[in-house]
Amino acid sequence: MASSGLGMFFQNLKELPRNFRGSLIRHGAPTSDRTRSQAVFGNFFLHIHATRTHPHSLRLTTTWGLGVSLISQFIILVVTGILLMVYYKPSVDLAYDSIKDIQYIVPTGRFIRNIHRWAAHLMVAFIILHMARVFYTAAYKGPRAFNWVAGMVLFVLTLMFSFTGYLLPWDQLAFWAITIGANIAASPNELAHALGLPQSLYIGNIQKELLLGASTVGQEALVRFYLFHVMLLPAVFLPILGVHMWRIRKDGGMARPEGNPTPAGKGVGTMEARAIAPEEAGAKTYGLMAVVQGKSAHTGKDIDETVPSWPYLLRAELLVFMATMLLCVALGLLVDAPLAELANPAVPENPAKAPWYFLGLQEMVAYSALVGGIIVPSIVVIGLGLIPYLDREKEPAGVWFSGRRGRRVLTSSVIFATIAAVTSVAVPVKFGWLRNWFPDISQLIIIVFNPGSLLTAAYALWSVFIIQKTRSTRLGAIALFTCFLVGFVILTYVGTYLRGPNWAFFWSKADWPVH
Amino acid sequence: MPGRLEPDPLPRRDFLGLAGWWAAGVAIIGSVLGMARLPKPRVLPEASARFRAGKLDEFTPGVVKTDHEHNVRLVATEDGIAAMSLVCTHLGCIVGESSEGFLCPCHGSRFDQDGNVIGGPAPRSLPWLALSQAADGSLVVDKGKEVPQGEFFVA
Ligand code: HEM
Ligand code: FES
Repeated sequence: MASSGLGMFFQNLKELPRNFRGSLIRHGAPTSDRTRSQAVFGNFFLHIHATRTHPHSLRLTTTWGLGVSLISQFIILVVTGILLMVYYKPSVDLAYDSIKDIQYIVPTGRFIRNIHRWAAHLMVAFIILHMARVFYTAAYKGPRAFNWVAGMVLFVLTLMFSFTGYLLPWDQLAFWAITIGANIAASPNELAHALGLPQSLYIGNIQKELLLGASTVGQEALVRFYLFHVMLLPAVFLPILGVHMWRIRKDGGMARPEGNPTPAGKGVGTMEARAIAPEEAGAKTYGLMAVVQGKSAHTGKDIDETVPSWPYLLRAELLVFMATMLLCVALGLLVDAPLAELANPAVPENPAKAPWYFLGLQEMVAYSALVGGIIVPSIVVIGLGLIPYLDREKEPAGVWFSGRRGRRVLTSSVIFATIAAVTSVAVPVKFGWLRNWFPDISQLIIIVFNPGSLLTAAYALWSVFIIQKTRSTRLGAIALFTCFLVGFVILTYVGTYLRGPNWAFFWSKADWPVH
Repeated sequence: MPGRLEPDPLPRRDFLGLAGWWAAGVAIIGSVLGMARLPKPRVLPEASARFRAGKLDEFTPGVVKTDHEHNVRLVATEDGIAAMSLVCTHLGCIVGESSEGFLCPCHGSRFDQDGNVIGGPAPRSLPWLALSQAADGSLVVDKGKEVPQGEFFVA
């Protein structure tokens, strides 16, 4: 008995590798479409994909690979971020030196830090591009409305990641960015002071203290921002990213012009089927029957037109991931992440500029802290977030700019937004603003009427005007989003290239006064 | 018979279920609110707002002294001594001296010699700070206490 018991044991031991593999991969080697689909369906890491994918989703011009690239950047940031945490010390006395160690002593430290910095920049840039592609292909409509909101949350979190990240080296940039950031949080005081409210109603002070853990920038603040950067933000970001991915599947895959395959949930896949481009609406109409039977030009996209996700989708994703890696590695090899001088609480840099993505805001903050730092950003985020709920027109999703009329509104909006933004910069530069004309003017009036608030109002009015004129909320939304993009680009450009010492206007850096 | 006068009693199961949900809800909300107080310390960790700026007799009329550690500028005139904060009232950068007064490097606020705003986003003038004399004869500046512009300290 004993020997046959032992025999059994040795038999199991011998078969252990095979049985372990069998328990790990339940469906055998993925050699056929069927087993590969089973693998996608049954594998924890792959099941975020549908087993089959519509070819439209795979086309480069549908997504430009932007979303997958963002995930790749995030993965790169997590990996390099954890490596940086090995040496980084969140203490005002040690942080700067620990970054210097990473830069000059730690093997591959400089490279890892460069990649972390570059991936962070790319993430901000790509998230804006990704938003633009989702918007202009009308992919935020119908069942996807909530995913647009989830995306807006990810956008805000990404900016918070960046802000808390570049504070960590505790150099001049970091110190003055925290100072300015905390005072922006305190800027409701501007209003309280202008209204002459009692000190106890200065909610700005409370916000500032919560952020800094003190009333001035110091050790408490650094610890809080570090905690945000490496714990709190990832802990919030990841589940929302998960929801974002999950909803893509449950909302029926990528938005596409028409067709009906892969309904993954209630009512999914039917919205696009009935949506017909406005230009074509009169010419062709199809009953539900025709759509379902699929014999016309408009239909025929039935289940058999999808392709297996493995290999087609996985291959595309891997390609985007590799391209993103290549970009980050190349940039990391070519350009070093900056490190300014050690934080000096007595003298800010002149000019003290934020990273590029906040320079548009810095431009507006230079009119009014409250308006530029809190009110306009909140209006923009809320305004963009609500677009899917304010524009509910049925639309052929997946068509860039919604056809010819959309393109016309796009062009006129670019022109309007450019003129408005350039004017909002040029007038104060050339003629000054209210306080230069009426030195004793109340701050309240400046809060309400400043180039930033007027520009925002002009953009909102333009969009309302487009809705009124075209009787289409989609075209109004195109106007609004285009204004946002153009305003962002122009103000960012001005803040980056046309502002010099003391935030004065200069056509080129060569004209900066030397001292 | 159930009716307006004698409504259907809430079934016991439902009652217990609801009571359970409410108890759990109150417990969770209560503990979250309790924890929410953590980030706001009772005492803020920071240096005193009062500091010694030097011996009083150094400040003979005409002396101008900028204290870079505390970002305060002291001016002694025939009328007495005044201290002005160099922290920009816009978003807290430190202003630099210029020919017309003070300039802020961050968003371009401009102030005149007395700290009045003459341009840029700063919502109010640079505060003048309270001065006093310590027992040992040094001049004490209180960064936490403002005085009206033009008020000079005479020992
Ligand atoms: C869980 C993920 C992450 C971890 C663990 C992490 C960790 C770190 C650490 C330890 C540093 C300090 C070292 C340094 O300053 O170079 C840092 C810096 C930074 N992080 Fe992250 N990070 C993460 C994600 C992100 C994301 C998603 C972004 C932006 C979209 C970002 C943007 C930055 C920036 C801009 C810096 C300053 C980089 C520099 O000065 O070189 N990080 N991060
Ligand atoms: S902090 Fe001085 S102008 Fe903004």
